[in-house]
Amino acid sequence: MTVMTPAGDFRTSYRADTTIFPTLGSRMALWAGLALLCCAPLVLDRYLLSLLINIGTLGIAALGLNILVGFTGQISIGHAAFFGFGAFASAWLHERYGIPVLLCIPIAGVMTAAVGLIFGAPAARLKGLYLAIATLAAQFILEDFFARAQWFTGGVAGRVTESPVIGGFALDREESYFYLVLAFVIILFVAASNLMRTRDGRALVAVRDHYLSAEIMGINLAYYRTLSFGIASFYAGIGGALYAHHLLFVSVEAFNILFSIQFLGMVIIGGLGSIMGSLMGAAFMVALPEVVQAGADAVAGGALDRMLKIGGNISFLREMAIGAAIILFLIFEPDGLAHRWKLIKAYWKLYPFSH
Amino acid sequence: MGDDTPILRAESVSLRFGGIRALTEVSFAVKRGEVFSIIGPNGAGKTSMVNCVSGRYRPTEGRILFDGQDITRMRPNRRAALGLGRTFQNLALFGHMSVLDNIMVGRHHLLKSGFLSGMAYWIGGAQREELEHRREVEEIIDFLEIQHIRKAQAGTLSYGLRKRVELARAVALRPKLILLDEPMAGMNLEEKEDMARTILDLNEEWGMTILMIEHDMGVVMDISHRVMVLDFGRKLTEGRPEEVMAHPEVRRAYLGEADEVPVQTVTA
Repeated sequence: MTVMTPAGDFRTSYRADTTIFPTLGSRMALWAGLALLCCAPLVLDRYLLSLLINIGTLGIAALGLNILVGFTGQISIGHAAFFGFGAFASAWLHERYGIPVLLCIPIAGVMTAAVGLIFGAPAARLKGLYLAIATLAAQFILEDFFARAQWFTGGVAGRVTESPVIGGFALDREESYFYLVLAFVIILFVAASNLMRTRDGRALVAVRDHYLSAEIMGINLAYYRTLSFGIASFYAGIGGALYAHHLLFVSVEAFNILFSIQFLGMVIIGGLGSIMGSLMGAAFMVALPEVVQAGADAVAGGALDRMLKIGGNISFLREMAIGAAIILFLIFEPDGLAHRWKLIKAYWKLYPFSH
Repeated sequence: MGDDTPILRAESVSLRFGGIRALTEVSFAVKRGEVFSIIGPNGAGKTSMVNCVSGRYRPTEGRILFDGQDITRMRPNRRAALGLGRTFQNLALFGHMSVLDNIMVGRHHLLKSGFLSGMAYWIGGAQREELEHRREVEEIIDFLEIQHIRKAQAGTLSYGLRKRVELARAVALRPKLILLDEPMAGMNLEEKEDMARTILDLNEEWGMTILMIEHDMGVVMDISHRVMVLDFGRKLTEGRPEEVMAHPEVRRAYLGEADEVPVQTVTA
């Protein structure tokens, strides 16, 4: 990747050289995008808003997984279990102790981080396939815990949750809940961007790129591998809590291994080691079933439908589409949507003299 | 320098991998402010010795003292904070990071912000700290003449440049002792001259003690104050470059001049 800055973009201080959004254009696009998002509840219908909320909650959790997999080079195939733990923790905290939902969400994040640190302890020693199996164990242990710990999860019946309340105003509609999710997305994405341009973020990437020389440079491998698990679980917990208070019902079966694989899919499709890519991956994963559904509706009743009997099997089609998307991305765009986005930007920068 | 105690002392260090003896009772001391070179044929145990010092390997027997402190069993990441930096024989940069970030990783033990203040960035001083250290890192970048590539991804650079970035990263640690594992391998004459100049500057102007492994005998003899020769994991000799060159065993083992040394032949 060549270094490209537009002509006339001269930085005269180190501060100007370390901003998250480096050019005037990108900063303007940021504010315009935020303004558009703030207007979204006024224009979009509730269904589309709930899709956006899903992108936000899943995106936060995907960012956590990306910090672990993309930035630190570890692996986890139990991310959905942590997402679920955050969802149950927040619901439980509110019901058991009457803590306001708005406080329950960050506390649930911290609790999930603590659980993540316990399961992440082997990560300090294990790498690659061995770690994958250890996290798979975390997935099944937590799933089993959800099914058995009635006091925590409500058992097989699941747990009903409530909407957050701010100053007597309940965020119980998509239009208002959207803003809460938007606020969390902004805070957590900015925090991750900040992390990655400071000491500990660089240490995580160093551990991924060359752990032996990272250790020689003074980086404590065990600490940073475990820390990465903690941060990933924190993000998963927050995402899960936001998910719980949106759906108002959390069921035990939701957080299975397929969901974990979907998180990995988001991170791969969005772009490993890319912060915005995590959000793009989540958006892709949310949009995909909608597109598949639309496609299935379009052919419903037609000759193709009669031949393949799609009608009742739409859910299988969705799983297949996710699998196909992951495979196609691994082959044609292993660096994910974030990389594609960079290429598009580079193309327009050079237009019409592009290569 | 003032202080007479050696900055690094190895006391009869042995290293075995199963039945293989990589090092056998090697003892040496590096004085403050000198350029100390380890030479020897391939497989003599030079890199093993450096790995024992930097912490990659733990000696099977013997002790290593750095700055008067026993570091034999200390974890490698703690040695960096004591002031021990190194470069690698086979490049070991963080390939996906920019050159600047690579060098900033070298500042790791000097930076204080943890992940929480890093995430808060503007609150709690992480930004101020980053900018302060950036200033010092830029000095190192100037010194090694890599300004033009500071934003480039390290993995995309040419071999010679990567070597310089690696040296910059090690210098960023602000080490008292810097271990250079074949700093000139694979370089052409001009690059070698540049590197030799850089090493001398590091030693004389930046006040770093240098422990170096190098195959280019010309360079070793020109810039080293003292040289140690290893052969089959044993120390052959140690001394000023010209003394070492004159040593008959060295000529036989390293330079392969067998004709001047009477070779014992087995007679029936």
